[in-house]
Amino acid sequence: MEFKDYYTTLGIDRNATQEEVKRAYRKLARKYHPDINKEDSAEQRFKEIGEAYEVLQDVEKRAAYNKFGKDWKAGQDFKPPPDWDSGFEFNGGGYTETDASQFSDFFESLFGAQGRGGQQDPFAGQQTRYSGKGQDLHAKIIIRLEDSYHGSKQSFTLQRPGVDDSGHVVTRPHTLQVTIPKGITDGQQIRLSGQGAPGMGGGTSGDLFLEVAFAKHSYFVPDARNIMLTLPISPWEAALGASVPVPTLGGTVDLKIPPNSQTGKKLRLKGRGLCSAKLSGDQYITLAIMVPKPANDKDKELYNSMKETMSFNPRSHLGV
Amino acid sequence: MTTDLQCTIIDENCEYSLRELCNLCKIHAQFVQDLIDEGILSPHGQNPQEWKFAAIEIKRIQVSIRLQTDLRINLPGTALALDLLEEIEQLRRSKLRLEQLYALERKS
Repeated sequence: MEFKDYYTTLGIDRNATQEEVKRAYRKLARKYHPDINKEDSAEQRFKEIGEAYEVLQDVEKRAAYNKFGKDWKAGQDFKPPPDWDSGFEFNGGGYTETDASQFSDFFESLFGAQGRGGQQDPFAGQQTRYSGKGQDLHAKIIIRLEDSYHGSKQSFTLQRPGVDDSGHVVTRPHTLQVTIPKGITDGQQIRLSGQGAPGMGGGTSGDLFLEVAFAKHSYFVPDARNIMLTLPISPWEAALGASVPVPTLGGTVDLKIPPNSQTGKKLRLKGRGLCSAKLSGDQYITLAIMVPKPANDKDKELYNSMKETMSFNPRSHLGV
Repeated sequence: MTTDLQCTIIDENCEYSLRELCNLCKIHAQFVQDLIDEGILSPHGQNPQEWKFAAIEIKRIQVSIRLQTDLRINLPGTALALDLLEEIEQLRRSKLRLEQLYALERKS
């Protein structure tokens, strides 16, 4: 098990006051909250910050943790010495509402599974506990645009809280085979009923909400159901009009470029976006005229003859 | 353990009554009313019995709950955060597209 340096996680000095601990935590929690920060690593970071705060905000736990001194470095192999916590009493108070079920093994080895506050996902938020029904769980899944365009089946492994024989909350990896429906879009959710946390006292399990996010594509940019593409074209294709090949998620299609097109002109390929059974999306193409560099004297001659024969002032609207 | 599952998609085709919404998000109707009063939710329909909520509002509810719990943001602050997050999302998309255009220019 790796030693975790909770002070480094919160970016504070070992001598920081309790007020400073709180301030550092709040600042980082805002920065890395998975609803605010869209980086893939945000959720993991948010959990680490929560775990560090859980220990350092509690004077007793912090004192116990401090016993390890400065000799430990984050990432070092760690085993707590026997009776390391003698002289400290954890009375169970002072736990925040943060989810403790997904704290690290390091945390558990120090403060025990019983020290875990709830069985709730930090990303799950507060829920009204009016019955023995298990908590809803929320997770983000990252898929490719192609998976949505064609529909697909994928396996995801999630850490799912459960209860072991002795009644302790434990997390177990849980692999789900999920059908990704055709035309799902960024931010939409797939609800898997009964796949959330198990209920207490015979209550039914909660639900699992999977929120879809798209992996970055090298040239397509999704906007709800529509797919945006910037398409480079030559000056003569723009001026004279042309039929050019365009990539779409469903394969290459021909697009008619009208004569006298300019950079920024938008064209639409109907139904070439993310279409579900009932709803359809389009592909939008924004033209970008690329000016070829003259490679030789003949090319330069061509530009020169254009300069001489065409009267064109691209700055006339600027009054110059 | 591998489970093969059928799932429900919450997309823009879905519409929920107040009761369905409360069951799905496990919240009280009063909380829904508070979110409506704050302008976070805007159902169609004249009175609570006729209210219809769009799928996007489920996400707004979930994010509201998480922001309130995790960051101790009050309701007006949550409303502001949600609006700003949506604006950031739009700006991110525009930025991505502009970056593509500039990448093309650099290549040429």
